[in-house]
Amino acid sequence: MNKERAPKIMQQGLLMPLLFIIPALLILTFFVVYPTINTIGLSFKDAKGEQSAAVMCQEGQPCWGPFENYRHVLTDEVMLLAFRNNALWIILMVTGTTGLGLLIAVLVDRVKYEPLAKAVIFLPMAISFVGAGIIWGFVYDYKSYGSQIGILNAIVTGLGGKPIPWLTRGPWLNNICLIIVGVWMWTGFCMTILSAALKGVPTEILEAARVDGANEWTVFWKVTVPMIMPTITVVITTMVVNVLKIFDIVYVMGGGQPGVQVIATRMYQEQFIKYNSGLSSAIAVVLLLLIVPVGYMNIRRFQQQEVMR
Amino acid sequence: MSDKAKRILGSIPLHVVIIGLCILWLLPTFGLLITSLRPFQDINETGWWTAFLSRRDPEAADRPRFTLNNYVAALVGYRGRKTYAEACLGENPDPDCAGTGLMSPQGMGRAFINSLLVTIPATILPVLFAAFAAYAFSWLEFRGRQLLFAILVGLQVVPLQMTLIPIYRVYTKFGLNGTFLGVWLFHTGFGLPYAIYLLRNFIGSLPRDVFESAYLDGASPWTAFFRLALPLATPAIASLTIFQFLWVWNDLLVALVFLGGTTPVLTYQISNMVTSLGAGWHLLTAAAFISMVVPLIVFFSMQRFFVRGILAGSVKG
Repeated sequence: MNKERAPKIMQQGLLMPLLFIIPALLILTFFVVYPTINTIGLSFKDAKGEQSAAVMCQEGQPCWGPFENYRHVLTDEVMLLAFRNNALWIILMVTGTTGLGLLIAVLVDRVKYEPLAKAVIFLPMAISFVGAGIIWGFVYDYKSYGSQIGILNAIVTGLGGKPIPWLTRGPWLNNICLIIVGVWMWTGFCMTILSAALKGVPTEILEAARVDGANEWTVFWKVTVPMIMPTITVVITTMVVNVLKIFDIVYVMGGGQPGVQVIATRMYQEQFIKYNSGLSSAIAVVLLLLIVPVGYMNIRRFQQQEVMR
Repeated sequence: MSDKAKRILGSIPLHVVIIGLCILWLLPTFGLLITSLRPFQDINETGWWTAFLSRRDPEAADRPRFTLNNYVAALVGYRGRKTYAEACLGENPDPDCAGTGLMSPQGMGRAFINSLLVTIPATILPVLFAAFAAYAFSWLEFRGRQLLFAILVGLQVVPLQMTLIPIYRVYTKFGLNGTFLGVWLFHTGFGLPYAIYLLRNFIGSLPRDVFESAYLDGASPWTAFFRLALPLATPAIASLTIFQFLWVWNDLLVALVFLGGTTPVLTYQISNMVTSLGAGWHLLTAAAFISMVVPLIVFFSMQRFFVRGILAGSVKG
């Protein structure tokens, strides 16, 4: 900014701005910057964080020297399973929340009770993953015999089927059932943002397309979707970051089964159950590396949108 | 058929789909609410959708259909198979009444208070500090301002997991594990990047004339901040406060790591009931609802700000 044109109140020397930013600066340095650097350091150390990770190498086994923890993260079967599960989460939950969110936003745009319908879909955003875990744990409840108290198995047995152990049948069903809970919680978020974008599409353009003889379907795919594409991209990238960090649902509903673990729950287990801070830190660093490009893109795009507004 | 009738008929599928989706969305929560109000003997025998039907079991006819006993038991941490009043409030309390009460460490009552004690300061601190910083980034001139702002905003991408281990170690050294102060500071650190970003966008877009004329009237930056920037930024601050409040209230991971069982909050208490104690559905459903009361009130009373907050920026997490 040009100094001559800046208001006089902005020119206060050095001390004044410092006083304003010092609390935030101190806390961020201590609670975000320092730990991030420290975690990167710990990821090259052993379980106790004392010696180099290279000391864990054993004769005759593959060894990556100081990168030994990363060898575990990138080659261990439990970790590969966690990456696979997280990938499944990303594919299903991001498409589920964005697709359903867009569908609902488009549909409710045409009815008078739009605010009410939106509030209903949005409601799960306000509650905790833990609360959602209980709500859905009850939906998925399974008894091997007798009358079912979970509504899904009541329907299955009512139709003459055998009760299904939704949350413990691997390798896909248990994961998908957990992901459904995530979709239930986050669709409202996507719907809200996409709905605002839809309302920003000028009606003249839509009318012009209709006058030219395009049907609703064509108008939607050829006019509306391209116009709100920047918003759809922001929603998708935000959801990818959120899903990469997913923890609570799996922790509460997964019951510790290895088959449903994701990156964040593996990291928690290594640190706070197995007390292996080296491996746990390496998992965290990998998570950071996965998030940084997507998160960076997100912030950039968002700022560009702000400028356009 | 008239055009109007055709249009109404044609829109029926639309209404069916929307209302169907809404029912699908509400049904799980509705089932939980009904279950939490049924006597526990019924909960484990019949589905919640039978609560309004006639009962087949003749013994069950003596019991009321709906009761608040589950809520009482969850609040005081009573896990026995009678009602809390029968088992514990008479002359000779049962052995499993030991350790129950409104302040019981295994009850939701105590956890509720802990949640409030954690959440309120952990909401006020980051919003206040962020407002200070946002003012400086908007209306004070200093070298490296843009760069520093970019760095702080960039910190949004650091996942919480990245910082748990070093801070846990430092807290262990200084005895901050299990203390409220430790959690407040941690949540403040994590709330700040997004909060600064959101408030900077808002405070920075306030009209500059306002600040210029305040200066001509002899106002110091402090006056300008407290008398102008803060009041004018109320909508943004409201959105941010709701987000931070719900984020901390609903958080499990930070509470699990830094507070654990010594100072259980609501989310911890429930997850503990699920994972280690296998508490019955009558307690879990009531406990879940107790934890949801505050978020639901916040949601219904301030939905407007909530939606605005979502639109103002991508949500952190």
